[in-house]
Amino acid sequence: MENNSTSPQERLRVESAFKIFGGDPEPAFKLIQEGKKKDEIYKQTGLTIGVHDASFEVYAGEIFVIMGLSGSGKSTLVRLLNRLIEPTSGKITLEGQDITQLDTKGLVDIRRKYMSMVFQSFALMPHLTVLQNAAFGLEVMGVAEKKRNERAMDALKQVGLDHVARSYPKSLSGGMQQRVGLARGLSVDPDIMLMDEAFSALDPLIRTEMQDELLKLQEGSTRTVIFISHDLDEAMRIGDRIAIMESGRIVQIGAPEEIMRNPADEYVKAFFRGVDPTNVYKAGDIATKTQVTFPLHKAGLRAVRQRLNEFDREHAYVLRKDKQFVGVVSLAKIQATLEDETINSQDISPAFLEGIEPVHEEATLQEILPKLTSYECPVPIVNSENIYMGTISRHLFLKTLSREANIEETKTEETS
Amino acid sequence: MIDIFKYTIPLDDWIAVAVEWLVGNFRPQFQAIKMPIEVMLNAIDDALLWLPEEIVLLAFLIIGWKTAGWKVGLFSIVSMAFIGFTGLWDETMTTLAMVISAVVVCVLIGVPLGILSSRSDRFEAVLRPVLDAMQTTPAFVYLVPVVMLFSIGTVAGVIATIIFSMPPIIRLTNLGIRQVHPELIEATYSFGATKRQVLWKVQIPLALATIMAGLNQTIMLSLSMVVIASLIGAGGLGVPVFEGLNSLKVGLAGIGGLGIVLMAMVLDRITQAMGTKEEQE
Repeated sequence: MENNSTSPQERLRVESAFKIFGGDPEPAFKLIQEGKKKDEIYKQTGLTIGVHDASFEVYAGEIFVIMGLSGSGKSTLVRLLNRLIEPTSGKITLEGQDITQLDTKGLVDIRRKYMSMVFQSFALMPHLTVLQNAAFGLEVMGVAEKKRNERAMDALKQVGLDHVARSYPKSLSGGMQQRVGLARGLSVDPDIMLMDEAFSALDPLIRTEMQDELLKLQEGSTRTVIFISHDLDEAMRIGDRIAIMESGRIVQIGAPEEIMRNPADEYVKAFFRGVDPTNVYKAGDIATKTQVTFPLHKAGLRAVRQRLNEFDREHAYVLRKDKQFVGVVSLAKIQATLEDETINSQDISPAFLEGIEPVHEEATLQEILPKLTSYECPVPIVNSENIYMGTISRHLFLKTLSREANIEETKTEETS
Repeated sequence: MIDIFKYTIPLDDWIAVAVEWLVGNFRPQFQAIKMPIEVMLNAIDDALLWLPEEIVLLAFLIIGWKTAGWKVGLFSIVSMAFIGFTGLWDETMTTLAMVISAVVVCVLIGVPLGILSSRSDRFEAVLRPVLDAMQTTPAFVYLVPVVMLFSIGTVAGVIATIIFSMPPIIRLTNLGIRQVHPELIEATYSFGATKRQVLWKVQIPLALATIMAGLNQTIMLSLSMVVIASLIGAGGLGVPVFEGLNSLKVGLAGIGGLGIVLMAMVLDRITQAMGTKEEQE
């Protein structure tokens, strides 16, 4: 596999995978070519299309969420990846190997070395202790007991459960049980961890906690997570990219904001009803560079005043040569400073507004809200190097909200 | 009216011919089947009778205590001692040897058959009527062919017992394995387990409580059969019962019967505790 330093490393590639349930798939393929829908095909042939022409790639280190309503084929799709369900046709390439062509031995090898899975129902072994459960994948691999217990213990430490290693799963709460499931998935050190609605059976608080836990575990890791979910909030929270499935097809793949901004069809739009956009959009997503900026080394009070008058603006954003953010000056403050004749008009520092702190581009709109209401100027946005990325004004913020509201309105109009 | 049953199927003759053909042509093979059972039975019987009674009683106390708690241990030693005091110690030991031999064979054959039928619906469908027949055919019916094929005696009695008491362990092994949650099987496969690993690491351990329940039933059935087996010359606690029946010695039949009941209760409590113990873990 090519390892290109600029683009992320590809882990898994799925090319037009199909799964057709219920006997000889040929008649269904014929009808698919005629462009028939899933329901029609079922009526005519009794064959159910589980997955319809799914193609996507997954990269090292990312969390790829496959989202869809129940019956959309997402659980089937994820099982095609480790062939718990045999794909009817298509190609699934892992580490340059087409796993659909593997014999039983090769498949067992792939499952042991490259993949692990976490289940909605936890699927812990009731006859084994927490430690033995966490070590289960290693036991199947044939790792010696001492070694596998060490690795399982490390995995339990990662999920904060080393203190209950000797208990049985039955005595643990749901959240703790799924941590054991997570530890079992982690202990084999997989390239790809498949998570099938892994947090769906947990109550909302624990669920958020587990999502944070997963994000923390993924930090700086090259492990790929393929996460199945029916919950948009969850997908938005943890997904680097999301694939949305509808009746067996993948209808859209993209980053969360991308899908939210340009939903491919009504089905995708429907998902976003009820989602609070202030939790989804990051500051950097909506910041604009429409404000007046001024380089610090040229900033004299009069020069800035002239520029502001020219553009009919109240505030100027002062930046260093390398575009690092320094501060904001306002027309009123410049005016006041100029009236004080003891001050050198080439020194702009007395004109800076006090208490203006830039916001990081990764902050959610929710987090900007307090600054947006208290600052007299639009909120400056910077990246991790303190480079100025633009500003967010109250007007822009409201516009963002209302655009999301428009999507909802058009949807309700159509349905009513 | 026409008598539709004027012409009858000579099924009885056919069965007779079939069995006689088996006896005529395969008696040596059937006698060979007897061999290992006979060796095992005699070894166990000799050992139980050779051991001092105190040691055997102590063994019951310890086994009962370790598997099911001190109450069952105490109950076991008291019951067995009581049987001894009624003068039927040797018969009891022979019955115990018969039950142990029969159950060992039942487990050796029944558990693999149960595993097979849990893995193949077709095999299960074929096996089911056979098991029904084995369980419902009155015991006296197959005593006749058993005698013809294996002659009379304690070993023949054990063979009849094996046939009669094997179905539960097959059925419950099958059931236990099929009851293992499919999610667990799927999870096991997802970690790259082979079929054999799934069987030994997940299916058998999780089915164990159910298999033990089958073992318990098999033991109970074999205890009820060893009495009937005395009809074909098998030794043990059936003998005083049979004698009592023949000569209307109600006291003799009574103590024989009581011995069987007490032994059944002891073995039942112990094996049941084994099953639930597995479950608790």
